[in-house]
Amino acid sequence: MIEPRPHSAPSHPRPAGLRAASLWLPPDHSWRRLPMLGLVLAVVGLGGSLALGFAGDAAAQRQLWHSWLVGSLFVLSIALGALFFVLVHHSTQAGWSVVVRRTAENTMAMLPFLALLFLPLLLFGMGDLFHWSHAGAMEHDEVLAGKKPYLNVTFFVIRTLAYFAIWSALALWFGRQSRLQDTTGDHELTRRMRRASPPALLLFALTLTFFAFDWLMSLDPHWYSTIFGLYFFAGSAMAFFAFLALAGIAARRAGLLVEVLSAEHQHDIGKLLLTFVVFWAYMAFSQYMLIWYANLPEETGFFAQRLAGSWRTTSVALAIGHFVVPFFFLLPRAVKRSAKALAAAAVWLLAMHLLDLYWLVMPNLHATGVVPSLFDSAALIGCCGVFLAAFGGALRRQALVPLRDPRLPESLTFENV
Amino acid sequence: MAALRGALGGALKGILRPSLPPGEHFGALAEFATPAELYHACEGVRDAGYTRWDAHAPFPVHGLERAMGLRASRLPWIVLVMALGGAATGMGLQGWVSTIAYPLVISGKPFFSWPAFIPVTFELAVLGGALGAVFGMFGINQLPTLHHPLFASKRFERASDDGFFISIESWDPQFDPGQTVDLLRHLGAKEVELVASSSS
Repeated sequence: MIEPRPHSAPSHPRPAGLRAASLWLPPDHSWRRLPMLGLVLAVVGLGGSLALGFAGDAAAQRQLWHSWLVGSLFVLSIALGALFFVLVHHSTQAGWSVVVRRTAENTMAMLPFLALLFLPLLLFGMGDLFHWSHAGAMEHDEVLAGKKPYLNVTFFVIRTLAYFAIWSALALWFGRQSRLQDTTGDHELTRRMRRASPPALLLFALTLTFFAFDWLMSLDPHWYSTIFGLYFFAGSAMAFFAFLALAGIAARRAGLLVEVLSAEHQHDIGKLLLTFVVFWAYMAFSQYMLIWYANLPEETGFFAQRLAGSWRTTSVALAIGHFVVPFFFLLPRAVKRSAKALAAAAVWLLAMHLLDLYWLVMPNLHATGVVPSLFDSAALIGCCGVFLAAFGGALRRQALVPLRDPRLPESLTFENV
Repeated sequence: MAALRGALGGALKGILRPSLPPGEHFGALAEFATPAELYHACEGVRDAGYTRWDAHAPFPVHGLERAMGLRASRLPWIVLVMALGGAATGMGLQGWVSTIAYPLVISGKPFFSWPAFIPVTFELAVLGGALGAVFGMFGINQLPTLHHPLFASKRFERASDDGFFISIESWDPQFDPGQTVDLLRHLGAKEVELVASSSS
């Protein structure tokens, strides 16, 4: 039995004058079918991938797990960007972003489900993905032998489970506090989340960095780059802001959040998107320039491979498409405030983020050039299906905005100066 | 020497005493009690078709630029041009030094090693953009202006304390001492006064 709080405890009423359709997913809304659609895509994409892979030869299986990894990383990185956004929102006591925070919470809520995507990789894909996990790999390789205390299958599995346990715990805890406030309106919940968010950010930074080291950098176990965690983070945060912009614009078109989400909020999301386009480029170039300048053989291998054959074209396309074009496109204020223009930029940047992950993973399998495969699209469709199912499920469970957050009125009337 | 002193004196005079509208009055000054009244009065002045006027408040009033009908600032364009100019300078200078003026082989890399030039190029772009933002803002606002005819009004001192003002300058084509004062009174001004041209 929960005792009602004493009357003097500060709490916030729900905002008056907003239609329910702006705050909740209506009972007959077409987005209620998202989980079903997502599940179908997931079963078709992932089931098809597995069936084709296990029916095929060893090469097909290697392709299967590499494609699976790219697709899983794509959806995982967006969910991690959402977790980052929620933690930053609380630690900076942000006001403007309250109306979009629930969308971020609904995105990060899928982190426990995304762990399921990495389970098959841990169980069946290790040998195909990670050269260092082979029994004899370390015997004639002094460098690898030196990394054995860190780079061994047992510790790798433990670490991966720990990352997902930490991310899921953070996502569930912050999601639950926020949902609790919808019913109680208790100000103490806001303070509690604020106090918890700085240590959570620290934990997030460490786990994300080591996750990137483990699942992306160790594909090429001789290579190392200390900035790599930040590189993966920059792309992830950018992908999330692209998704957030897209989700907001799509919601308004579907008649949701109409009175809540304004061009002002969209403008700010656009600014953050541009910021992380620049931040990604800063990280990508810093990584490239230091390795190019020092010219040490154990570091240059990574770029030597990606600057040969059709990987070179991919690298150039990435530099132009992931930075130069979106940077100048997103610069004007009018673009960030136009739903159509920002949606186009968001779709483009999500595609570029996917290309970025493909560029990181696939040279491990196709050393000399790009080889498109049916597995790439099948795994991607499947992973996006899981994403849609989890996101759609979260939308149905709770209000679309934190109804009684004390800063909701501030966020509703927010204007860019 | 005398010419230099003359030029300096001219520039200094411009700073100390901005070019003034000809005539007896600098313009009309109206005081409003609240930001809301100022906001609505601005809409009225805008709709009456005035172009040479300004609003003064001790703190930023949200949306006042819309109520005044101000066009978007030119500042972003100044910043963009200055940033691109800075970037071009950075890349150009390093490229020229390394390939034409003083070519040196450094750690076996080509003379025009553009990746090595990016950090300086980036920093100069930031420097150019920042200088453009600060001095462009000064230029657009005609700062520094050390004296302004409105300072002749004792009441105007409260513009930096608790007063909300609209000033309409006399070189506005619509300006007419009688009608302009009437309009401002009609828009709810607490006090309206004509500020003399302090050219004496």
